[in-house]
Amino acid sequence: MKTTRKILSMLMALTMIVALAAIGGTAYADGAIKIGGTGPLTGGAAIYGNAVKNAAQIAVDEINAQGGLQFELRYEDDQHDAEKAVNAYNTLKDWGMQISLSSVTSKPAEATSVEAYTDRVFSITPSASSTATTEGKDNVYQMCFIDPAQGTMAAQTIAAKGFGSKIAVIWKNDDVYSSGIHETFVAEAAEQGLEIVSDTTFADGNNTDFSVQIADAQSKGADLVFLPMYYDAASLILTQADNVGYYPAWFGVDGMDGILSLEGFDTDLAEGVYLLTPFNAWATDERTAAFVAKYQELYNEVPNQFAADAYDCVYAFAQACEAAGVSADMSREEICEAMIAQFSTMSFDGLTGSGATWDVETGRVTKEPIVVIITDGIYVTVD
Amino acid sequence: MKLNNTKRKNLLTYAVVTVCYAVFQMLSLGGNLSSTLKGMLVPICAYVVMAISLNLTVGVLGELSLGHAGFMSVGAFMGVTAAISLQNVIVSAPLRLAIALIVGAVFAGIVGFLVGIPVLRLNGDYLAIVTLAFGEIIKSVFNNLYLGLDSRGFRLSLLEDRTNLHEDGRLIIAGPMGIGGIEKIASFTAGFVLILICLAVIFHLVNSRHGRAIMAIRDNRIAAESVGLPVTRYKMMAFVTSAAMAGAAGALFALNYSTVVANKFDFNTSILVLVFVVFGGLGNMLGSIIAAATLTILPEALRGFSNYRMLIYAIVLVLVMLASNNEQLRSMLSRIIPKRKEHTHDA
Repeated sequence: MKTTRKILSMLMALTMIVALAAIGGTAYADGAIKIGGTGPLTGGAAIYGNAVKNAAQIAVDEINAQGGLQFELRYEDDQHDAEKAVNAYNTLKDWGMQISLSSVTSKPAEATSVEAYTDRVFSITPSASSTATTEGKDNVYQMCFIDPAQGTMAAQTIAAKGFGSKIAVIWKNDDVYSSGIHETFVAEAAEQGLEIVSDTTFADGNNTDFSVQIADAQSKGADLVFLPMYYDAASLILTQADNVGYYPAWFGVDGMDGILSLEGFDTDLAEGVYLLTPFNAWATDERTAAFVAKYQELYNEVPNQFAADAYDCVYAFAQACEAAGVSADMSREEICEAMIAQFSTMSFDGLTGSGATWDVETGRVTKEPIVVIITDGIYVTVD
Repeated sequence: MKLNNTKRKNLLTYAVVTVCYAVFQMLSLGGNLSSTLKGMLVPICAYVVMAISLNLTVGVLGELSLGHAGFMSVGAFMGVTAAISLQNVIVSAPLRLAIALIVGAVFAGIVGFLVGIPVLRLNGDYLAIVTLAFGEIIKSVFNNLYLGLDSRGFRLSLLEDRTNLHEDGRLIIAGPMGIGGIEKIASFTAGFVLILICLAVIFHLVNSRHGRAIMAIRDNRIAAESVGLPVTRYKMMAFVTSAAMAGAAGALFALNYSTVVANKFDFNTSILVLVFVVFGGLGNMLGSIIAAATLTILPEALRGFSNYRMLIYAIVLVLVMLASNNEQLRSMLSRIIPKRKEHTHDA
């Protein structure tokens, strides 16, 4: 056994040396401003990370092709974990990142935005929607709506458009995103005079069988079920409700976006589902159509709203960099100050809404959400 | 001075840890360390403590525990809560950190004791399953726990936030959102000191009368019982020590990030720590330390392989395991390295 240990230690020492040698130092490339971002490129939330990465790359390529301002993009995997996100952020810092796309998901973004604040890296997250991401950090901005705002907007929309009056809510109680939306939805629903007849939860270990939650909603006569969750769980709920013959109106928020591209899911079941989303991939305006066509050509799928948010982030960078005269030889601190000055005053027109402005204090975005209904496998905007 | 092999090995362990600390601290102060590595120093220390504490349960006590991350979780949440509560009372960050680590260790120790009462009456696979369940329970509890602090003191509620804090209050643990806005007070030096303390505790325990009793229980429980050793008591001693150290590691880990969630300390983390222990050799503390450090750095070092990163990481694991169990390689290396005359038992 002694020898085993010795061999083991030697092997590991060797691995460690190789490992240390592989971790490189800072290097600056010439001409291009370096944009870095972390996101879940593997694991359960990979669909978001990859969508953001792909769309940001499209935007960077388009901007670079115009000549003038040049960007270089690098994405690192954080597996939707705060610890790994900080590691990924530090790797990007070693690479020489000058502007950051922060992190794709909320908790990792909370961790990396603190680092970005300390290091003075200007950051805008395409999709991390928790309030803590930007709170107290003057150089961290959001392109997406914050979670609580989605709950409020959902309740207002349901009441205003009369989608339903007896509401059931099924939410994930160990998920920041889901509980954040649930909280404000319940509060706003009371304001709007909506009656919540069923309020049931699920969590990580028991997210495959929803018969209890569905039966509760059905027995209490809910005519609309609000699903503040990601599309994977929502798809199971839709399938299982169909099995028991329960067909209320379904209302999802932006996490529901992506349900149509889920493999093995019968998209007929998603017919008639309402969604609150900033982006409709089937919209007919020229920019959206061009982006969607390009994305489909390269990655063979319809881009979701996270992709659109990321695309907008890069264009917002370009707009701010041009206005402030930012060049690649500037340090990240200089760029940070210039970008803060721009973002706090500019108005930006993107795929996810025109005239977007940012609040200087909180870094939050202000733009109009849209409500879509899934009809014949595509989104149709509800007026 | 004549040293036996165990003592020599222990001294070597202290020496390796100290030299590593000195080298990295100097590199770090001199600004020669990449941000990636610098950012990983504290988590490495935390994982090292996790590995050596689990090694006490698995290697020395001989019981398979699959819920070690549960104790880390208790330590993380309680330690951070202590650190946040004392933010305005104690100005000195190192002192606050020390208190947080102690609070984390004490709470994890208490939980370890409570869990140990039913669990340690079981053996082998049964114990593994129960500890696994325990890890899930802890995760579930912290996912549904709301703890706030205001002028009236701590306010606690389960399932939903009913703490009704005053304006001046602060919700510390916010259910699934975990703890946010943590002031990062963990330092590499604190991690180093924690490792040294844990090593000292383990080495002293293992080389004491109690330690020999614990190992006797591992080697043959029936024989140990027949000579009158109180099996459950000794098991409890090792288990609680192990849990307390994991709690301190959890507090150190959590205070290195601005945010912590219960889902971080899931089954995967327990298994990861178990991998460190098995990789480094059961009962071999130096092995655990090196394994924990290496396997924490490795996935980051492999970022150059982008999409194939985790695949290569897994392949490296398999290869090292195969190589370390290869008879031919072993005999080849034992020819290169002369054998020591003295022979000690495997601990």
